[in-house]
Amino acid sequence: MNKKQNNASGRLLNFLGENSVPIMFVIIVAICIPISGFSPKFLLNEIITRMGRNVFLILSLLIPIMAGMGLNFGMTLGAMAGEIALIFVSDWQIWGIPGIILAMILSIPISVVMGIMCGKILNASKGREMITSYIISFFTNGLYQLLVLYMMGSIIPIIHSSIKLPRGYGIRQTVGLLNMRQSLDNLLALRIAGVKIPVLTFIIIALMCLVIVWFRRTKLGQDMRAVGQDMEVARDAGIDVERTRIISIVISTVLAGFGMIIYLQNMGDMATYSAHSQIGMFCIAALLVGGASVDRASIGNVFLGVVLFHLMFILAPTAGAKITGDTMIGEYFRVFISYGVITVALVMYETKKRKAKAGMGHLLEAAQREEEKANA
Amino acid sequence: MSDHVPLLEMKKVAKDFFGNQVLKDINLKLEAGEVLGLVGENGAGKSTLMKILFGMTEINETGGYDGEVLFNGKVLHFTSPFDALAEGIGMVHQEFSLIPGFTATENILLNREPQKKSVVSEVFGERLNTLDRKSMKQKADGAIDKMGMHIDGNMVIADMPVGHKQFTEIARELSKEQLKLLILDEPTAVLTEQEAEVLLQSIRGMASRGIAVIFITHRLHEIMSVCDKVVVMRDGVLVHDVAAKDTSIPEVTRWMVGRSVNIDAQTHRKPPETPTIMSIRKLWVDMPGETVRNVSLDIREGEILGIGGLAGQGKLGIPNGIMGLYNAGGQVTFDGKEIPLNAPRRCLDSQLAFVSEDRRGVGLLLDESLEWNIAFPAMQIHNKFLKNYLGGLIKWRDEKAIGEVTRKYIEELQIKCTSSKQKAKQLSGGNQQKVCLAKAFALNPKFLFVSEPTRGIDVGAKALVLEALKKFNRENGVTVVMISSELEELRQICDRIAIVSGGRIAGILPATSSSEDFGTLMVSKVV
Amino acid sequence: MSDLRNAGTGWQERLVSAYKSFGLPRMIIAGMLVVLLIAAPLVGANFWMQITNVINRFSWNSVLVLAMVPMVHSGCGLNFGLPLGIISGLLGATISLEMGFTGPMSFVMAILIATPFAILFGIGYGWLLNKIKGGEMMIATYVGFSSVSFMCMMWLLLPYRKPDMVWGYAGTGLRTTISLEGYYDQILAKFLQIRIGSLVIPTGSLLFFAFLAFLMWAFLHTKTGTAMTAVGSNPVFAKAAGINVDKMRMLSVVLSTWLAAIGILVYQQGFGFIQLYMAPFNMALPAVSAILIGGASVNKASIANVIIGTILFQGIVTMTPTVMNNAIHMDISEVLRMVVSNGMILYALTRKTEAKS
Repeated sequence: MNKKQNNASGRLLNFLGENSVPIMFVIIVAICIPISGFSPKFLLNEIITRMGRNVFLILSLLIPIMAGMGLNFGMTLGAMAGEIALIFVSDWQIWGIPGIILAMILSIPISVVMGIMCGKILNASKGREMITSYIISFFTNGLYQLLVLYMMGSIIPIIHSSIKLPRGYGIRQTVGLLNMRQSLDNLLALRIAGVKIPVLTFIIIALMCLVIVWFRRTKLGQDMRAVGQDMEVARDAGIDVERTRIISIVISTVLAGFGMIIYLQNMGDMATYSAHSQIGMFCIAALLVGGASVDRASIGNVFLGVVLFHLMFILAPTAGAKITGDTMIGEYFRVFISYGVITVALVMYETKKRKAKAGMGHLLEAAQREEEKANA
Repeated sequence: MSDHVPLLEMKKVAKDFFGNQVLKDINLKLEAGEVLGLVGENGAGKSTLMKILFGMTEINETGGYDGEVLFNGKVLHFTSPFDALAEGIGMVHQEFSLIPGFTATENILLNREPQKKSVVSEVFGERLNTLDRKSMKQKADGAIDKMGMHIDGNMVIADMPVGHKQFTEIARELSKEQLKLLILDEPTAVLTEQEAEVLLQSIRGMASRGIAVIFITHRLHEIMSVCDKVVVMRDGVLVHDVAAKDTSIPEVTRWMVGRSVNIDAQTHRKPPETPTIMSIRKLWVDMPGETVRNVSLDIREGEILGIGGLAGQGKLGIPNGIMGLYNAGGQVTFDGKEIPLNAPRRCLDSQLAFVSEDRRGVGLLLDESLEWNIAFPAMQIHNKFLKNYLGGLIKWRDEKAIGEVTRKYIEELQIKCTSSKQKAKQLSGGNQQKVCLAKAFALNPKFLFVSEPTRGIDVGAKALVLEALKKFNRENGVTVVMISSELEELRQICDRIAIVSGGRIAGILPATSSSEDFGTLMVSKVV
Repeated sequence: MSDLRNAGTGWQERLVSAYKSFGLPRMIIAGMLVVLLIAAPLVGANFWMQITNVINRFSWNSVLVLAMVPMVHSGCGLNFGLPLGIISGLLGATISLEMGFTGPMSFVMAILIATPFAILFGIGYGWLLNKIKGGEMMIATYVGFSSVSFMCMMWLLLPYRKPDMVWGYAGTGLRTTISLEGYYDQILAKFLQIRIGSLVIPTGSLLFFAFLAFLMWAFLHTKTGTAMTAVGSNPVFAKAAGINVDKMRMLSVVLSTWLAAIGILVYQQGFGFIQLYMAPFNMALPAVSAILIGGASVNKASIANVIIGTILFQGIVTMTPTVMNNAIHMDISEVLRMVVSNGMILYALTRKTEAKS
C-alpha cells in the first residue's frame, strides 16, 4: 500500500519535472488572464488566429529534431524562400488562392537549394549544429538582402513599381499582400459564437500533422531517428548519414517556406527585411514552451506551445501595464521570456547529456561492500 | 573427396602496418557448422586477422594484406564490411553497435526493415516506403528464437540489462538469412554466468544449423566446452591449430604466453626487501572498460613493480584511479600519509607522478611546444621555471630555464625533434612517449606510475624507454610501477609482477617465474 | 652573398607558412581592404580621412575584441555571451552618471562601478558554462540575449532620476541613448591627440588599448596564464597536471566579462553616447568575427589576432560605404558586412578542432 503510494507520488514528481516548462507557463497565463481583463471570446479569437498563422511554421522544426540536429535555427532560410516567392507572385499580380499556391510551388526550388547548402555546412560542423545554423541564418540574411535590396529591379526584372523602392531598384520595406489577405483563412471559414475559425487553414495543418505521423513510419523517417541517436551505428548499418541529415534539413526548409506563406497571407502585408528575422526565435520558443526539448518534440508540443506561448504574448503587455503602469515592461517581458525559455531548454539539454555520461562509481562501491559483508 | 571445398580457407595471410609486421603466414581452414575458438594474448594478432576477414576499411587504407582468403572456394576482395555481410559473414564486435532509443526489433532489423510500397514511394523513391511493423516483428522474433535466449523484442535498448544488448547484437546477425559464418569477439565478457551458458548453447545450436562460428574469448573453459577446434596465436603467428578434444586448458595457456626466449634469472637483481612505501586498500575505480574492484596491494620502496594482465581486466584503472583521473574509492597510503582520491593535485604534491597510457589524450599538449609539455607540470606543482616579481606576487614564466631543461631531456632521452620549440603533435609516437617521460622526470617524483610506456612505438624507442625507466629507478632511487600488456617487457625490467584479472589482483610473482604461471593467473578470474 | 640568399629563402618559406596559417578567407578580406585603400583616392574620397576613420573605429572596438581572448584560451570557445559583460559596463556607466560624476572622473568611476558587476555576472556565467562543457557557444549566445532582454525591463524599473538620463515626460525609465557630452565623451581620444592635416589620431584611446593588451599579454606569461592556456589546449592534460580546470575556466570567463565591460565604456567615450535596451544585442557577432578574421580559431587566439582582426574588420566596415557610394552609387556595405562577418564565423565553426577528437 505504502509502496504503491510512493510509486504514485514518484511518478507525479517525475511528471512535474519533465513538464516543468509548460506548467510554469500555465501558471503565468492563469495569473495574467484576470489581471489583463480580456474577455474569453477575445482571447479565443486571438488564439485561433495565431494557431492558424503559426502552427505550420513550428511543424517544420520537428523533422531536424528527429534527425538529431537540434533546434533548426536555419528555418529562417525557408522563411526567406517563402518571402522571395511572394515578392514574385505579387509582382505578377496573381492573387488569392492561386497566388498562394503558385508562391508555394515557387518557394520549393529556392528552399531546396538553401536547404542543401545549410545541410552541407551542418555536416561539416557536427556537434555544434545549433550555433552553426544560427549563424547560417544571419549569413543568409545578408545574401537575401543582396538579392532583394540590390538585385531585384536591377538584374532581376520587377515589373510593378508599386513594390519597388523609389530609387528604381530594390523592394520596398513592406510589400502589401492585401489581395491575398486571409484568402486561405476565409475560404470555408466558420463563425461560431463570434469566433472565427479558418477551417481550410486548419485542414491544411491537420493534413500536415498526418503527413508527419506517416513520415515517422517510413523507411526514411526510421533512418532519421537512427541517425539522430547514433550516427556511427547508423553508418555501420549502411545508412547514408550525411545524405539523410541533408534531406531532413531540406524538408524542414521547404516546410518553413510553406509555413511562412501561410503566416504572411494571414498578416496581409510583408515586412520585406524583418519578417523573417525573429520568426525562428519565436517558433523555437513556442515549441519549447509546449514541452519539447532539443532532442525530442511531438505534434502535441507544437499545439500546446502555440496556445501557451501566444497567450503569454497577448497577455504580457496588458498585464505588465496594469502591474507597473508601463506598457513597455510587458513588451520586454515577453521578449525576455522567449529568450529565457530557449536558454533554459538548452541548459537542461546539455546538463542531461553530461549526466548521462557520468559514471556509476556508487554501484561499484555498493558491490564491494556487499562482497565484504558476504565474506565476513 | 578432393573436390571438397572448406567454407573458409586462409592461405599465407600476412599483414604489416607501415613495416610493422603484425601477422605472418596464417593458414587456416574452417568447415560449415564448425566452431573455432581463437585465443591469444592482446596484440597477438587476433583482431587484425578478424578485421581482414570482415573487410574493415582500415585494412584497405593501410595497404591491404598479403596471401589469400577463400570463402566457399572463392577468393575474397572485400573493400568494406558491407561486402563481407553480403557474402554471409557476420561479426559481433566488443563494443555494442546499437541505437539506444530503438527497440530490440528495430535494432535487429536496422536498415534491413521489411517495407510496404505506397503511391508516394512509387513517385518519390523507396525511402518513402512505410515500414512493415508486423513482418518486422515476425522476422525479429524468428531470429531471437533461433538464438535460444529469450529477449523482449519490444524493449528499448537503453532499458535493457547489458547481457540482453549482447544478445540483441547476436540476433541481428542471425536475422540475416545469408549468414554462413559468425565471428563473436569476446561476447561473454559482459554476460553473467547463466547468460554465458545460454550463449554457449546457442552457439551449439547455430553450428547444428550449419553456421560456422569463430569464437574469441579469454575464458578458456568456454572454448573447451563449445569449440570443435582451438587456434592459438602469439606475436602474429598461428602457433597451434588442434581439435579441442586433444588439448587442455593448461596446455593452451602455455601456448598462449610461452615464448622461446627464457628470462635469464641472473640479469635480475634480487627484489629489494625494503619497507612498504605505498599501500592500497580496497580500491575501486570506475574507469570505463578498465573497472577495478576491491584491490589491495603493497608497493616496496625502490622497487620496480609490474602490473600485467589482459586488456579490459582493470590494470589501467589502478594508476588512473589513484592519480584522480577517474572516479575511485578506497584507501591509499603513501609514505605514511593518506592520499585523498579524486584529487590529482594532492597526489602530485605528494611527489607522485604518472605517465598516462593515453599519450595524445592525456599525456600531451599536442598544439604546444615541447618546452611547454615538459615544463608545465613542474611549473604548476613545484613553482619551477618561474621568475618572481613584486615579492612573488607575479610569477613570470622563465623561458630560458624552460628551454634549458627541455634541451637537457631532449639530449638525455634522445628525443628526435627540430628544436625544443617544435609542437608535440609533429613528433613520432616513440618521441612523444619520451616527452611524456621527460615531463614526469622533470617533476622529480619519489614514485612513478608508468602506464603502457611502449604501446605503439618502434623497437628502438622501446628499448630506450625501458632503459631510461630502469636508470631513473636505479640512480634516483625512485619507486616505479609499470603497467603493461606485454608480459615480456615487464619481465625484463621489473622486480615483481602483479597480475590483474577481472578487476582484482590475481597474484604477485617474482619476474623470474615461468610464463605459464603468469598465463594461468591472467585467465584466472576473467570476467 | 650566400647569407643573402639564405635570408631570401627563409623569407619565402615564412611567406608560404604565413599564407597557410592565414587561410584563404583572411587573404580575401585583407585583399579587399587593400583594394579599398587603393580605390578610395581614385573615387574621390579623402584618403587620410578614411585612415582616420579606420583608426577611430579601431580605438572604439579593440577592447571588445580583446575580451574574446581569455575565454578562447581556456577552451570556452568564442564568447557569444559578450552582451553580459556589456551590461556590466552599462550599469557602471549609468550609475556613475546618476551619482553625479562628470568629466574624467565619471569615466574612472564607471570602470570602478562596472567591475564588481562584471565579476559577479562573470562568476554566475562561468558557473553555468562549467555545467555545460561542450555546448558553451550556443548557451552563451542565449545567456547574452536573455540578460539583454531582462535588463530592458530593469532600465525602465530601476530608480534612475537624473534628468538628462531619464525620459522627460515620465521622469523615470532610462532613455534609449544618453549623450555623454560633459561626461566622458572623447575623454581618452582627446588625450595627447595628434592632428596632421586631415589625419587625426586618438592617441589616448590607443594607449589605453595598448595598456590593456599589455596586461593581457603579461597575464598569459604568468604561471596562472600558462595554466589557462593549457586548460584550453587539453583539459585532460591540465587535470592530470593538478590544475583545477573549472576554476581556470571560471577565471577566464570573469576576465572576458570584465574586459567586455571596459570595452563598452571605451566604445561609448569614442561614440559619445550610451546606448541602452536592445543595443548590446548585436555587439557580440562583430567582435567574434573580428578576432576570427585576425587569425584566431575556436581554441587559439593571440593579441596579434586581436589587432589585425580589428583593423581588417573595422577597415572593411568603415571604408566600404564611402568607396562604394562614390564608385557605384550603391551602398551595399551593410550587406557586405553581414556576409563577411557571418561567413567568417561559419568558416571557423566548420574547421575541425584537433584537440576535441
